Amino acid sequence: MNRIDQKFKELKERKKKAFIAFLTAGDPNLKTTGEMVVSFEKAGVDIIELGVPFSDPLADGPTIQAASQRALQKGVTLEKILASVRKIRRKTNIPVALMTYYNPIFHYGEERFMSKARACGVDGLIVPDLPPEEASGFIKAARAQDISTVFFLAPTTSKNRVPKIVKASTGFIYYVSLTGVTGVRQSLPKDFVGDVKAVQNVTDKPVCVGFGVSNARQVKAVGKVADGVIVGSAIIKEIQKNAGKEDLVRNVTRFVRSLTRAL
Amino acid sequence: MTVPDKTGHFGEFGGKYVPETLMTLLSDLEKTFFSLRKDKTFRKEFVEYLKEYAGRPTNLYHAKRLSKQLKTLKVYLKREDLLHTGAHKINNTLGQILVAKRMGKTRIIAETGAGQHGVATATAAALFGLKCVVYMGAEDIKRQALNVFRMQLLGTEVVPVTSGSQTLKDAMNEAIRDWVTNVRDTFYIIGSVAGPHPYPLMVREFQVVIGQEARKQFQQKEKKLPDYLLACVGGGSNAMGLFHSFFNDKKVKMIGVEAAGLGLNTGQHSAPLADGGVGVLHGSKSGLMQTKDGQVRVAHSVAAGLDYPGVGPEHAYYQKIGRAQYVSVTDKEAIKGLKLLSKTEGIIPALETAHAIAYLEKLAKKVKKKSTVIVCLSGRGDKDMEAIKEVI
Repeated sequence: MNRIDQKFKELKERKKKAFIAFLTAGDPNLKTTGEMVVSFEKAGVDIIELGVPFSDPLADGPTIQAASQRALQKGVTLEKILASVRKIRRKTNIPVALMTYYNPIFHYGEERFMSKARACGVDGLIVPDLPPEEASGFIKAARAQDISTVFFLAPTTSKNRVPKIVKASTGFIYYVSLTGVTGVRQSLPKDFVGDVKAVQNVTDKPVCVGFGVSNARQVKAVGKVADGVIVGSAIIKEIQKNAGKEDLVRNVTRFVRSLTRAL
Repeated sequence: MTVPDKTGHFGEFGGKYVPETLMTLLSDLEKTFFSLRKDKTFRKEFVEYLKEYAGRPTNLYHAKRLSKQLKTLKVYLKREDLLHTGAHKINNTLGQILVAKRMGKTRIIAETGAGQHGVATATAAALFGLKCVVYMGAEDIKRQALNVFRMQLLGTEVVPVTSGSQTLKDAMNEAIRDWVTNVRDTFYIIGSVAGPHPYPLMVREFQVVIGQEARKQFQQKEKKLPDYLLACVGGGSNAMGLFHSFFNDKKVKMIGVEAAGLGLNTGQHSAPLADGGVGVLHGSKSGLMQTKDGQVRVAHSVAAGLDYPGVGPEHAYYQKIGRAQYVSVTDKEAIKGLKLLSKTEGIIPALETAHAIAYLEKLAKKVKKKSTVIVCLSGRGDKDMEAIKEVI
């Protein structure tokens, strides 16, 4: 049982939902990213989704695209991110899942990557351009290191695909609230409620909802149904707003706390 | 073994590396396409449009003065440049738009580099009265202003893409983002034998007519098969269109010409098969130009249509099994090739196509005895006049 499983077990016992915060690793720099992880945990964040910047983030909207670009320009690499997770692990046991496009992992070598990731304290992987159909080697390598493999369900996922995705997923299942890319939305489509419940009926694995969730009201609404809520772009925007400021970590944490309190 | 297999793989290459939102759509597309390829009414309609609208069959022209100059080669040009809109791209867009209609989609999107695929898509969309949006890198919009204007005249909205390198790769990122967002009513017409399964197969199937015709025409003229096939490779649709019908003719050698840009050793090129390794981008596993950290490198070529860090998975497969050879020529050599064909035959090729022409001179020096070659003359150069004026 890795840290993600442990966390969901605890939350279940406390009848609580998970708050999952997304950060682009290295925006504004890896040191600050590390400080935010520690500070977010104190503000009630349960799991960190750490984005690995990629040159061609085709599932991401403008906010995370820009954050990736900034991080890449600073010279952030997968190797440096792993090293930084290792450092973070000296200070906190918060579960960390890396969100990365497939090519950096493929290029690193799946088995080599998994063993390094585990050694550095990574608990899970979320890969938006890797469906279960292409993931047999990836899953095998991850299982060998007890790293969770989080796969996606979308509003357009056909019923006959659901069992395959549920089976491939460990840690949790990521339900994409809308058809589209990541980014802040004023309102979310309602169909996720029925979809999430339908999945929960066929599995005990936690189902978490992300994409578009950006304010306390939405967090609360999603938290009523889902086992966890994922917020990304709204946090990145807050970081951008505070770029260059000395109290960046404190200000962003304050915003994050306003969201975790809604759960 | 026929490729792709049921799961869309060409050996280790190909596949479906896309966000979950698109997976169900891709299997619907697969089902529709597999049933349509056997559907006589659909085939008939497609062939009719190719003939009556696009202008098929295209000529296989014996380039006598060029051959004479090259001495060791007897060169035939497959004149895809004579098609409506000026390049082979129209074969594919007519095919895909017929599929889109069958699937009840009302909105068409596409990416474009040189603008040829954009124009061919805009043309097909106008022909069928469908709304059309084309994504094009801001850098390419500058290089290919004439094609932008053509698309707009045809009623298409051209959206400038300002992210990343502002070229074809980024236009494709943006088209995929649109697709993920509007997946329910939108059909994405991919312009090359790239992207997730079933696109590489589907585009090949709509372009295979190039090789089918060329094979028959060559046999009629020469009573044998050619020694060589030659075509430029960006994503590789004109090359695959020519090559595929000769796959089992083991004596016919196939050569794909990538863009070496400023030179392979400068890193400033668009030659993933020559200098890339294997990677995953835009839905499939194939040759990919990337850094040691697995980030996609920015490609460079004087030809906007070749300015792409990836390549169709079937080409990576052909390279791996040794069925085709992939070579490259630089920007400078391509310009030389463009001048050569213009002056010897009175045909100004597109800058992309000029890469294949340029390689003829190298091939002429390599062959041991007089050999025959079919070059896919994939597009005409009208669109490039501004760009060429700048570099000549």
